[in-house]
Amino acid sequence: MPIEILMPALSPTMEEGNVSKWLKKEGDKISAGDVIAEIETDKATMEVEAVDEGTLAKIVVPEGTEGVKVNTPIAILAVEGEDIDKAGEGVGEEEAKPAKSAEAEKTAEAPAEDAGGKAREASAEPGAQKKAAKAPAAPKIEIAADPDIPAGTEMVSMTVREALRDAMAEEMRRDEDVFVMGEEVAEYQGAYKITQGLLQEFGPRRVVDTPITEHGFAGVGVGAAMAGLKPIVEFMTFNFAMQAIDQIVNSAAKTLYMSGGQMGAPIVFRGPNGAAARVAAQHSQDYAAWYSHIPGLRVIQPYTAADAKGLLKAAIRDPNPVIFLENEILYGQHFDVPKLDDFVLPIGKARVHKSGKDVTIVSWGIGMTYVVKAEAELRSLGIDTEIIDLRTIRPMDLDTVIASVRKTNRLVVVEEGFPQSSVGDFIANQVSQRAFDHLDAPVITIAGKDVPMPYAANLEKLALPNVGEVVEAVKAVTYR
Amino acid sequence: MAGGDGVLKFHVPEPEVRPGGTPDFSNVPIPKAGSVPRPPVDVDPRQIRDLAYSIIRVLNRDGEAVGEWAGTLTDEELAEGLKHMMTLRAFDTRMLTAQRQGKTSFYMQHMGEEAVSCAFRRALAPGDMNFPTYRQAGLLIAGGYPMVDMMNQIYSNEADPLKGRQLPVMYASKEHGFFSISGNLTTQFPQAVGWAMASAIKNDTRIAVGWVGDGATAESDFHAALVFASTYRAPVILNIVNNQWAISTFQGIARGGSGTFAARGLGFGIPALRVDGNDYLAVHAVAKWAVERARRNLGPTLVEYVTYRVGAHSTSDDPSAYRPKTESDAWPLGDPVIRLKNHLIARGLWSEERHKQAEAEVLDTVIAAQKEAEKHGTLHSGGKPSTRDMFEGVYETMPPHLRRQRQQAGV
Repeated sequence: MPIEILMPALSPTMEEGNVSKWLKKEGDKISAGDVIAEIETDKATMEVEAVDEGTLAKIVVPEGTEGVKVNTPIAILAVEGEDIDKAGEGVGEEEAKPAKSAEAEKTAEAPAEDAGGKAREASAEPGAQKKAAKAPAAPKIEIAADPDIPAGTEMVSMTVREALRDAMAEEMRRDEDVFVMGEEVAEYQGAYKITQGLLQEFGPRRVVDTPITEHGFAGVGVGAAMAGLKPIVEFMTFNFAMQAIDQIVNSAAKTLYMSGGQMGAPIVFRGPNGAAARVAAQHSQDYAAWYSHIPGLRVIQPYTAADAKGLLKAAIRDPNPVIFLENEILYGQHFDVPKLDDFVLPIGKARVHKSGKDVTIVSWGIGMTYVVKAEAELRSLGIDTEIIDLRTIRPMDLDTVIASVRKTNRLVVVEEGFPQSSVGDFIANQVSQRAFDHLDAPVITIAGKDVPMPYAANLEKLALPNVGEVVEAVKAVTYR
Repeated sequence: MAGGDGVLKFHVPEPEVRPGGTPDFSNVPIPKAGSVPRPPVDVDPRQIRDLAYSIIRVLNRDGEAVGEWAGTLTDEELAEGLKHMMTLRAFDTRMLTAQRQGKTSFYMQHMGEEAVSCAFRRALAPGDMNFPTYRQAGLLIAGGYPMVDMMNQIYSNEADPLKGRQLPVMYASKEHGFFSISGNLTTQFPQAVGWAMASAIKNDTRIAVGWVGDGATAESDFHAALVFASTYRAPVILNIVNNQWAISTFQGIARGGSGTFAARGLGFGIPALRVDGNDYLAVHAVAKWAVERARRNLGPTLVEYVTYRVGAHSTSDDPSAYRPKTESDAWPLGDPVIRLKNHLIARGLWSEERHKQAEAEVLDTVIAAQKEAEKHGTLHSGGKPSTRDMFEGVYETMPPHLRRQRQQAGV
């Protein structure tokens, strides 16, 4: 039996990658451990070693192909004694299968998407495969226009990653006092490539690699902010910032107050927050509720690339300490971003993601992905949802939430954090105080399970909120 | 520009070479094997400050064991030590491949650093406790922990001793003196000191060992551990494995101007030694010295193992982005497996043929363990950890609200 060489998952969150270079050609003998190809992920270029021995019978995915899904066969290996040509042919016929099943899975996940037609031809040539693979996993719903973006503005599609990078680069060009520091932000271009190109443009004085001590470089950042600079401190993940929380909460957030208003800390603490995939208890926590508790801090948790860009620029300009919570899974997702010379969004203003009349769903950050997927299913049930993306957790735009609840009389809140004392709890409390007479059903808050995040894929999935829970909650508050 | 004009500047250290350059370690002074004397264990720390700046080495270029630190191991122990390192290396190779096959999501290998944990383990007694990082699996291999259990943990399958809760390679075995690894760096360093002090408070005889990498010495926890170990003269060994690279960050970023990591101990009055981490005999000799100090209530020892991380930091890392591909070939302290092999051959205890045969045997053992583990499932196929386990162990006794959540999950 010839062996299929599959597109490897080089990191836990990798879903697709580019075959940038084949280092072996058809007909080459290969031993286990030989480097056969270079694969580019959104984080890095990595070498792929052969797992088995044999002769490279056929290269299925040529070099230069982008967006190749993990586990797609990229080459065929003939094992000893096999006819190379035959080995290539034999599997060639099955080629369409994995692509199809991958597409089927996607369709199952995203029922509203018109995925069928395109998928069937997907494996024939690399271009088509690229298109199919790049199709968003979440069903497209029309995102309501943001009143803060002038009507008729040209939009460009970009990833959240690129939007964050552009926001920093633009602010660093605009203001000499802005600089970025953190682990691997300079030479390595960022652990998640958010600081890509910044060292090259701004040099090591303004893009500073630090020793591994969040407590240390958060403190250094606060000191630099007190001296009048505007630091952007990148945490490789907010989970590592647990040890920096004293600097953030006891110093950054309180210095303006404690110094009688003489000096504050205009600083941005940013980095991925919440669960990624398969990183377990210590690396999967959502800190929205933690930081939202603290007077003196602003807390932003964007979902779209446009919000990521406009709000990060606002955060850098804000004279207060800002916690900017990103998400590893969202980094690679594409959204439309307005093409404006200086696109800055207001902090503390929610955005109506979709208008509707039957129920209000409030979420933010990665939580929005569950809501957007649930919306498609709810629409098919005839339920017209109003989706509010909070964007900023503190200060919170409760007026927008309450106005919506007065209209729909029903509220579901979705977040990934732990359930007790969650952000959703606060929203439910405020709504019950300010709009009690308008509620036709108890507010339902959806959060993660009350357990540390397990590693195993089956358990991790269960520990997080899911689309089904959102659908069920909406059905419950609408008495369906 | 420099000085004089009153304008302040700060310094960003740079490694000698970046990708595309020619690796050059000529600025890394390597003392001759056998040249560093072995002081008595009750030496006044002030008398041995120079040991923090040298490198204790036993094996010379000809594979001979020389100097005062030689002679701590029997022939059988040395042959077994070689087998441990070969096993760890074969284990790494198979698990790296398993990661590329999607059987696990993540793996971290030891290539080049096998001697550090394998040799150190030999100096410990049952009941002693390690507080390791993710690159000391040799403590388990050399301690006789079943490889199948390690693989079950890596695969997070139905037989995973940690029940699907923890990241791959973050093993935990109280019985084998292997504290649960924390993914967040250096928290284990003060904990090792605390464990050691508790051992003394309980009038026990067991000692503790803290482990940390070069990069993580920058953490506050590292310095806090040294303060407590120094003040209370805790029966603890504090190990720094300096493998030159903290993911993409070269060791100069964490080391600063102190010259060596071992020298960090001097300000605390802790005896600080540097040892050739690729020399199995030297690692064992220094470990034995430090263990004896701890057991005789002479206080803590800080040890820096000078080694080189040949492989990537993890399966998610790409070293070609930050260091020349041939840098590991230029590393002046060689390969720990080859060096011990050559020593055994030089002493007439081993041969190239026997080595080949041993390699095949070791691989067979590892493959057999892998087959056994895969019967219980891998990350995405076969047996999985029980859903019930997700709700267990949050508290000693499951509170009612978790019981309800578990019931809602249908388990």
